[in-house]
Amino acid sequence: MAQAIVSQAVSKPKKRKIAEPGFEFAISVVLVCAMVATFIPIFYVFLISLSPKAGDISPSGWNFEAYKTLIANSRFYRALLNSILITLGGVTISVIMTVMTAYPLSRANLPGRQFFMVVMLAAFLFGAGLIPGFMLVKGVGLYGTWWSLWLPVAISVYNTFVMKAFFQGIPPSLIDAAEIDGASEWQILTLVVLPLSTPILLTVGMFYGVGYWNDFFAPILYLNKDDQMPLPVLLRDIITGASGADFTDSSFFSRTHLEALKMAAVFLTMLPMLIVYPWIQRHFTKGVLLGSVKE
Amino acid sequence: MNDSGVQFSLSQKQVLQGRLWRQIHKQRVLYLMLLPALVYFVVFRFGPLWYAQLAFRDFQPLKGVWDSPWVGLTHLQTFFNSYYFSRILSNTLIISGMKLLFGLLPPIIIAICIHEVSRKWLGRLTQTITYLPHFLSWVVVSGIMLSLFSQSVGLVNQVRLGLNLETVNFLSNPDYFRWLVVGSDIWKEVGWGAILYLAALLSIDPTLYEVAEVDGASRLQRILYISLPGLKDVFVLVMLLRLGSVLDAGFGQIFVMLNTAVLSTGDIIDTWVYEQGIRSGQIELATAVGLFKGLIGLVLVVSANRLAKRWSGSGLY
Repeated sequence: MAQAIVSQAVSKPKKRKIAEPGFEFAISVVLVCAMVATFIPIFYVFLISLSPKAGDISPSGWNFEAYKTLIANSRFYRALLNSILITLGGVTISVIMTVMTAYPLSRANLPGRQFFMVVMLAAFLFGAGLIPGFMLVKGVGLYGTWWSLWLPVAISVYNTFVMKAFFQGIPPSLIDAAEIDGASEWQILTLVVLPLSTPILLTVGMFYGVGYWNDFFAPILYLNKDDQMPLPVLLRDIITGASGADFTDSSFFSRTHLEALKMAAVFLTMLPMLIVYPWIQRHFTKGVLLGSVKE
Repeated sequence: MNDSGVQFSLSQKQVLQGRLWRQIHKQRVLYLMLLPALVYFVVFRFGPLWYAQLAFRDFQPLKGVWDSPWVGLTHLQTFFNSYYFSRILSNTLIISGMKLLFGLLPPIIIAICIHEVSRKWLGRLTQTITYLPHFLSWVVVSGIMLSLFSQSVGLVNQVRLGLNLETVNFLSNPDYFRWLVVGSDIWKEVGWGAILYLAALLSIDPTLYEVAEVDGASRLQRILYISLPGLKDVFVLVMLLRLGSVLDAGFGQIFVMLNTAVLSTGDIIDTWVYEQGIRSGQIELATAVGLFKGLIGLVLVVSANRLAKRWSGSGLY
């Protein structure tokens, strides 16, 4: 059904001559304004990052010194590498765990299924709060390791429900046929169900991926060494001035200024997302609609 | 099982039990698959509840959680009597309320315009561009806010300079803080929020629009009498769910935007709990406040969901 909605959006019937051109103009203006309002702040970040001194954004003085300073620094690479590894590791763990939860729950005749759903709903609705969660991570010995970023958020209840709903949409006759042919549950999952589920795996994987990539609070809370930190945490340090000095040397200020360095850091942190975004956007919108469609 | 004993003869009951057991045995692989998830939920979702009892104890790390003495509701009382109670509660409610109030209409307007516009490419382009900020980290967005509002290089202050006005330090002024929070929240989420409304609009029967057109309805009338009523259910659902999470004013966002100069208008429950519990070591007090917030939040979300089911026919779960 979700796909139907999406494809309907894409292939809406071609309109004849545009009726009420004044009205059409007004809504077009609203849309253009929305785009400009979204775009201008990002563009201005880029402008400042190129400016040679504070308050001077005229194109004549543009230079890439701020970017060169960042890229020449090993802390930046380290943080970028950390972010990539944290995201890849997290997505792997989360997707596997989510599949292994959603698939058994999608089988209607599994005794105890309702009980498990209630457990998940309870976890979804109530959390004990920040401090008990922090104490637990310390208590089980994950503090100071990347596992503390992954395990406490390994399974999202929402994503599991979305994936379960998708699995339930797979024709049961396919699964029955595989069963009759003597396939084990693992074989049914890996050879029948998963190959049919690429859209949902991509969508859920990206939900998790964006979450891990953008997270800065869990690393601040659970990690204690600078060289473990992902990109957003380094960016935050640069923005607040906590580690700006690590990047500047004696000749830095003759070439550029601190605000340009901050904005270059913002832009470089944003860049990977801007690059994968067109691809992500397609699957994400689909995923939101999948989630909003009731079984 | 006692009830079924009345209805079934013994042999039938045995058959049923046998069948259930066979079922479980046959699907043991499925249970094995669920095992990691079960461990996950018990340890990482319910495990913290063990530490939540610190809210009612005087924590002595050497003795451990269980042997620390009970102090009852002392910590909650401390909180209620403290100067911070009214400040962080009202900051939380005001920021949430402002986000709710000002954030409700923009996604609807965008969705209606995207749905209505005749040049479909313009609608699609708007979607692509306005969804983007949703995928940026709040740290990045706080950097973007810096580019707009910082005193030395911010766009707004550059414009003020051009107009011969004095520059303003927006980012550390308590009077502006909440507006910056609400504004950046709308900037980040408006396009994303439009998706649900757009889906609702696309599920409206197109013949309604065609019939209205034949009857001579203007495009504005079609929006007022067909599109808007079609959005009512989603609107009610979104509004109730946001009311249900009114105690969450946006921790990640406010955490990165907060500075000591704006605590009076910007410190919310979550940021206060972090500051007290992690930074100042007041573990029991912070646990008590967090638990209190969690319980109120639970009641609010469950009631909101009930109402949503009654009024709009569907809820979150």
